[in-house]
Amino acid sequence: MKWVGLAALAVLALALAVLLGPAHVPVGELLRSPIVRDLRLPRAVLAFLVGGSLGVAGASLQALVRNPLADPYLLGLSGGASLGAVAAIALHVGGPWALPFAAFIGALAAMALVYRLGLVGGAELDPRVLVLAGVAVGAFAAAVSTAIVSLSEATALRNAFLWLWGGLSGANWDTVLALCLYAPLPLAVLFAAARPLDLLALGEEPAGYLGVDVAVLKRWVYVAASLLTAAAVAVSGVIGFVGLIVPHIGRLLWGHRHRALLPVAFLGGGTLLSLADTVARVAVAPRELPVGIVTALVGVPVFALLLRRWTRN
Amino acid sequence: MDQELILAAQGVRYRYPGATGDALGGVSLTVRRGDLVAVLGPNGSGKTTLLRVALGALVPAAGSALVAGRPAAAWTRRELARLVGVVPQREETVFPQRVREAVLLGRYPHLSMFGAERPADHEAVNRALAQCDAGHLAGRWMATLSGGEYQRVRVARALAQEPRLLVLDEPTMSLDVRHEMELFELVRGLVDRSALAVVLVTHHVNLAARFADRVLLLDGGRAAGEGAPAEVLTRETVERVFAWPVAMATYQGAPQMIPQRRRSDA
Repeated sequence: MKWVGLAALAVLALALAVLLGPAHVPVGELLRSPIVRDLRLPRAVLAFLVGGSLGVAGASLQALVRNPLADPYLLGLSGGASLGAVAAIALHVGGPWALPFAAFIGALAAMALVYRLGLVGGAELDPRVLVLAGVAVGAFAAAVSTAIVSLSEATALRNAFLWLWGGLSGANWDTVLALCLYAPLPLAVLFAAARPLDLLALGEEPAGYLGVDVAVLKRWVYVAASLLTAAAVAVSGVIGFVGLIVPHIGRLLWGHRHRALLPVAFLGGGTLLSLADTVARVAVAPRELPVGIVTALVGVPVFALLLRRWTRN
Repeated sequence: MDQELILAAQGVRYRYPGATGDALGGVSLTVRRGDLVAVLGPNGSGKTTLLRVALGALVPAAGSALVAGRPAAAWTRRELARLVGVVPQREETVFPQRVREAVLLGRYPHLSMFGAERPADHEAVNRALAQCDAGHLAGRWMATLSGGEYQRVRVARALAQEPRLLVLDEPTMSLDVRHEMELFELVRGLVDRSALAVVLVTHHVNLAARFADRVLLLDGGRAAGEGAPAEVLTRETVERVFAWPVAMATYQGAPQMIPQRRRSDA
């Protein structure tokens, strides 16, 4: 029943994303309209894929570092991606793929650096070290990005700022196709890790005695979740709160078992981000809000409610 | 090969990275089917380290650690979890969980990567809960259990692995007398009824002497004695290892230690 409700909500979110927009398209014309075919539909699909990826990455990382406040950007990926993107904007690198590519490279560099720091002192990706390394790398990258932004011209600055808050206006069928080819592999790795992630919640030593190869699990989950987040950031900038909130709503309604939670996080994340993107496009039309602002405006109050619930228990 | 032999650690030596001394300086431990072996010793004498080495979580610098005839580290974690169930001293609870789900985690080493739990897995869970007298707890949240119930459920989770060896690391820490006794009786009953082998790490010298077939007494990473409780737990040995004056008595054939008051008995 809950699954039917979630599926219905997902379909509704996609339908609204196609139906609504600044330009009026009569319902009868929907299938023939180039606005729908070339703009709204790829954008809706991309929003769904990005939101879903962030949801799954967030749920997996929360289990990996055993911290309910973890989100996909905790480990410094957003900082790295921003630095890549801001550098590309400041250097006027041209071409439609320059920005996503630069952001992707930046995210991968941050991921590699945090991973390396996580192995310091013979520790096998100690979650506490990972979190600290992520925060440190993120702060450093943010400082460098801000330095670049403060030295660049006004228009470049505005572009960089908008990119940082995330947006899906660059969506087209090529980006959708790229993500469709890319995302299934890390998603499959994370879905395959669902059951061992349940066990990891007991701690690394107990999980090991129950049959989990903890070192291997942590490596795969870290890399897969990071690759997923890096791709999401590359095509849509830093969209906050989806990866934090959606797994928690999933846990409240479906329980903490990852075999249910990860699919729920995908559908829920996709649904939330397509709805948020529709609001971002329609609310102040003909201009657009960065979608990261919408998810934060929805996400922060929901998060505050959840925090109250925890502290009461 | 001796089919009955489940655990065989021979002259195991281990030093933690960066430590100046050996945590284990050549210790041996042999466990056969139907054995209840208690590992005793003061804090820091190497009890938990011995378990980690014997179960392949740490690799010994010297000596050998065999589980069911093969080096412990040569088994995959899944294979090992089908042979040995462990109730560790500590574990975390990040997300709330019901008792049945918690015990079902013990089936992990028997499941395929994407496959669902089969009826046989649920039967194994029910059997394990019943063996630990915890069937009525199945629907409860783990966080609502008393200390004794919680430990019985964790033993049930290890039994759901259907292991040949059960390892318990200080399972009665912070339990009152009744729950302590219940847990020792439960473990003894499992050994007697199902020919399971058990290694029990504990601080309870007296309970170990009454319930265990054999004891291994550790002192600073070395064996101060190994064998039947009455042979190992003599006054001289116990006083030396625990660095405290004791008197020894015998109750129902088992040596019992009575720690002395320093002043009044002097």
